Amino acid sequence: MKAVDVVIIGGGPAGLAAAIGAKNAGAGSILVIERDSRLGGILNQCIHNGFGLHTFNEELTGSEYSARYEAMARDLGVPVLLNSMVVDITPDRRVFAVNERGVQELQAKAVVLAMGCRERPRGSLNIAGSRTAGIFTAGTAQKFVNIDGWMPGREVVVLGSGDIGLIMARRMTLEGASVKAVAEVMPYSGGLKRNIVQCLDDFGIPLLLSHTVIEIFGKDRLSGVAIAEVDESRKPIEKTRRLVPCDTLLLSVGLIPENELSKMAGVKLSPATGGPYVNESFQTSVEGIFACGNVLHVHDLVDFVSEESEIAGANAAGYAMGRGLSGGGIPVIAGNGVRYCVPWHINPDNVIDKISLRFRVTGVYRNSRVSVRFDDNQVFGRKSMILTPGEMESVTLKKETIAKLASAKKITVSVEEG
Amino acid sequence: MTIICINCPIGCRMDVEVEGQTVISVKGNNCARGKSYAQVECVNPTRTLTSTVRLVDGPMEALSVKTSRPVPKTKLRQCIRELKGVEVKPPVKIGDVIARNIAGTGIDMVSTKDIP
Repeated sequence: MKAVDVVIIGGGPAGLAAAIGAKNAGAGSILVIERDSRLGGILNQCIHNGFGLHTFNEELTGSEYSARYEAMARDLGVPVLLNSMVVDITPDRRVFAVNERGVQELQAKAVVLAMGCRERPRGSLNIAGSRTAGIFTAGTAQKFVNIDGWMPGREVVVLGSGDIGLIMARRMTLEGASVKAVAEVMPYSGGLKRNIVQCLDDFGIPLLLSHTVIEIFGKDRLSGVAIAEVDESRKPIEKTRRLVPCDTLLLSVGLIPENELSKMAGVKLSPATGGPYVNESFQTSVEGIFACGNVLHVHDLVDFVSEESEIAGANAAGYAMGRGLSGGGIPVIAGNGVRYCVPWHINPDNVIDKISLRFRVTGVYRNSRVSVRFDDNQVFGRKSMILTPGEMESVTLKKETIAKLASAKKITVSVEEG
Repeated sequence: MTIICINCPIGCRMDVEVEGQTVISVKGNNCARGKSYAQVECVNPTRTLTSTVRLVDGPMEALSVKTSRPVPKTKLRQCIRELKGVEVKPPVKIGDVIARNIAGTGIDMVSTKDIP
C-alpha cells in the first residue's frame, strides 16, 4: 500500500484544477487518477469555442482550455495515473484502483472527488416504443463526431434543449445531417441564448418549446419519432401528436453527478443536486474527503469548475498537512425561488478569504432581487432583470461580511420581489 | 430586420433598421450591449467556426480545428466544404495552420489540439 497526501479521483477540468490548487498550497505528494487514456475529461470532445472567458479573458475551445490546465499541471510536476479506474474508496480514505498492472491500493491523507457527471439516458425518460439503434445521448454523439470522426446519423431529432443538444444540432448540420427539430418539454430552453441563436436560428432549426417525444419507431434502426405538445402539467396533448421521420434521436435531457464512489466512502448526498453535501471548504460529510466540479453540482461554465476546484484542492492539501477544519457550521438554506445552494453550511472559523455561494433558481424570474440574509438581516442584495434555472447564479460574500455570521443561526439565499 | 440578443438570458427581440451598411435605429433592447450587438450582427455577422479534419499516420481520431478569427456567417458552409478532404500528418500543435485563407476570407483554420 502506497501513502499519498492528496489523491484526486478524475483528471477532467475539476481534477486538474484541484491538483494545481493542492500543489500550489504545498501538498507533498499528490496523485491524479484518470480512467481514460488522456487527461481533460469531457473537454476533449468540446471542440466548440466559448470556454475560458472568465479564467483567461479570451475565448478558447474546450480542448484548448484543457490543454492549458494540463500544461500547468505538467509544469508543477503533478503525477498522473492514466487508464486506471477507481473501484472503491473507504471512509478512512483508502483508495483502490484497477489498471493493467492489477489492483493499486493507496492510503490518502485527503481525497478530492472530481469524477464529473454523466448524461441522463433514455431509460430515465419512459418513452414508449422500440429499443432500436439510432438513439444516443448528445454527449455520446459528440464523442463519435468530434473525437472518432464519424457521423452517427443523417436525419436527426434532438430531445431536450440543453447546451450539448444545441451544440450537436449545429455540429451535425454543418457535417451534412438534417436536424428536423429540437423538442423541449419545458416552456423555456435550458440552454444559453447564444446557443439558441447561433446553433438553431442560424441554420433554421425549429425549437419546439412545450413539446416532447412520446413514441419511438423502428425495427433495427430508428425510423421516426412521434412528437406532441404538452400542457402545463407536462402531459402530452394527444391531438397535437405528429410523426417526424428520422434515423437518429439525440437526448440532451440533463446530467447526473457520478457519485457511486462517494457513496462507497459513506459521503452523504443531496437529493437536490445529486452531489455531496459540502461545507465552505468543499469538505464532504466524511472528514478528509473533498468534492468539486460536476460531481458536486452540475455547472454550465467550466471557469466556475476550475475556480471552485482549485480551492477544494488547496483545502485538501491543507487538511493533509494537518490544518484541521472545524466541524459543524451555519446552514445555508435555499429560500424562496432557490432550488439549492452550494456550500450547504459555512463555519466562519474555516473561512480564509471570501466565499462564493453558487445556486440555481426554480423557475424564470423577471425584475427580481437575489438576497442573502443572516437570520433576518439582509447582508447582500442584487437586482436582476432575469434569473433562469439554466444559468447558475453566484454571490460572493466578503470576509468582513462573513465575520458578522458568528451570531447567526442560518443563512438564507432567496429570490425576492424587485 | 428582427434579431434576438445573445448577451444574456432575457434575449431581447430587437427591431433593427438598416440602410446599406449603416444601422439607423435599434428598438426593443434593454441595454447598451444589445445595441452594439445589433450593430455588428445586422451589418457584418461573424462566427468562429469549429470543426474536425482527418488525421493520417497517427492515432485513430479526428483533429479539431477552428478559424483563427471569426469569419462572415455567410461563409460557414463554404469553409466546411473546403475542409473536406484536408488531411493532416502528426505531429500537430495547437495553433498550427491547417488550411490557409479558408473560403477566401483571408482567415486561416488552425489546430485546437496537440497530437504528438
